[in-house]
Amino acid sequence: MLEIGAVRKVFNPGTPNEVRALQGVDLTLDDGSFVAIIGTNGSGKSTLLNVVAGTFYPDSGTIRLGGADITRWPEHRRAKLIGRVFQNPFSGTAPSMAVAENLALAARRGKPRRLGWSVGRQMKGELLERVRQLNMGLENQLDDPIGVLSGGQRQALTLLMATWLKPDLLLLDEHTAALDPKSADQVIELTDQIIQREKLTTLMVTHSMHQAANLGDRLVMMHRGGVIQDFRGSEKRRLRVDDLLARFEEVRRAEQLDETAAGMLRQAYV
Amino acid sequence: MSLLIGALTIGLILSLLALGVFISFRIFAFPDITADGSSALGAALAAALLVKGVHPGIATAAAFGGGFLAGAVTGALATKFKINGLLAGILVMTALYSVNLHIMGRSNVPLLGQRTASNYAERLGASVLGGERNLNVWGWEVTVLDASMLAAAFLTVVLLGLMVYAFFQTNLGAAMRATGDNSQMIRALGVNDDNMIILGLAVSNGLIGLAGAFLAQYQGFADVQMGIGMIVWGLASVILGEALVGTRRLGLAIAGTVMGSVVFRLIVAIALRLGLNANDLKLITAVFVFAALILPGFLKRFQARKAQVSRA
Repeated sequence: MLEIGAVRKVFNPGTPNEVRALQGVDLTLDDGSFVAIIGTNGSGKSTLLNVVAGTFYPDSGTIRLGGADITRWPEHRRAKLIGRVFQNPFSGTAPSMAVAENLALAARRGKPRRLGWSVGRQMKGELLERVRQLNMGLENQLDDPIGVLSGGQRQALTLLMATWLKPDLLLLDEHTAALDPKSADQVIELTDQIIQREKLTTLMVTHSMHQAANLGDRLVMMHRGGVIQDFRGSEKRRLRVDDLLARFEEVRRAEQLDETAAGMLRQAYV
Repeated sequence: MSLLIGALTIGLILSLLALGVFISFRIFAFPDITADGSSALGAALAAALLVKGVHPGIATAAAFGGGFLAGAVTGALATKFKINGLLAGILVMTALYSVNLHIMGRSNVPLLGQRTASNYAERLGASVLGGERNLNVWGWEVTVLDASMLAAAFLTVVLLGLMVYAFFQTNLGAAMRATGDNSQMIRALGVNDDNMIILGLAVSNGLIGLAGAFLAQYQGFADVQMGIGMIVWGLASVILGEALVGTRRLGLAIAGTVMGSVVFRLIVAIALRLGLNANDLKLITAVFVFAALILPGFLKRFQARKAQVSRA
């Protein structure tokens, strides 16, 4: 279970570039739930994911995972509990190392690394088995540097790596945003497959209304550093892309109204 | 002939330096200048201990240990204290100059008449070759001493090269390579990348200290100045090695680095023989490394422009 409590984060505080990225976010994920986060640009959805992953620490608030307070754990320590797929396909793999070596690195996520062979015979068999299950024909390319593969192939492998050892939490950061539509569909299908099979607790940030509406059992909308809507259960199941678009339009209009209202007030009183 | 064999032997000894530079420069992409200090540190430690009558094996191992510590300090400065990597290396290198003087007690320690690793090589060679003074290799006269030095250096480098290759295939070594390749990825897989850099630079400078110790025992003295320019020697060897094998795949790259060091020493020996002023050596090496660093990018741009012209 992931519990995010009253998390705040301000970038460049006290400067003209100050950004209040998170303004007291509360969010609790039950075990096995698959939550999609969608939001406007600058809504703080990626910041939230990074705070959970430990890329940086929040200014205040707590993050608990599986009962442990991980708010001040460094990134590499949290990695024991968290599997992660980045937006950029280049971020999740070591390009000059072989496909097999990359996967073997992931097979020891959070475990001590000593002087045993990285890709031993047993590991090789397991690699072959798991890569074959991807059905992408990559089993013949295990010895090639992973950098020669396409973005879609690398992202599929990163997904496999993040979930090789079952994580307590899977973080997906717009992980199909940089892919062409066909690869994106493939990776999304694989994502759903793995999450359903392993019953993974998942937090997925997405830019795609389509993904937000069709994937997961819960949808959280963020705006200006806070959660503005939380669709669950049957409400989430009934949700369509059009409903989401309508909701975004509503937010936009409210904003505009606010601004004109503020302008009127300024004119009248300043 | 003796000159040629001498060049090969020094090339092999310095290939340990080149392997160290390969680790910091290529595997971690860390410009580690500690090499200038740690090579002299290795020489100083070995010489000071040998003069006290310590067994050459232990003296040489101490040189590895000294270099290892020096590298760890540079790594810690760069990661735990977030000092720029170049500056961290410069700080440690500068500090080591004083440390080396303290270790040796003066600026130069001769090893004439001391029992060194070279004596072992000589004795081993003599017993294998049956006590002859000269050998006939393809019509050339070679002294047993020269031949056994070369053979010992070759065996040592092959052994250490294989160990480095094996090490980078282990779980720990693979995590180190991934740290240099993509630190974000390896952090997300639960590795403390700072510690990897510290340990990696330690291993790198351990090898460089070892090179210094062997060099001192081969040439018969340790000098506090002998480290100057070592990093550039090492870089030149690594770059030349890459040109020779044409790949950055680990095994071939390691073999290439050793070859690069040997070939580079041969070129230097030939150039000196042809009348190159020894004082110009470091300048020419620096220019060579400079050219090797910018040439690939320059060629690519040139080809791109040519392609553009031919399209138009």
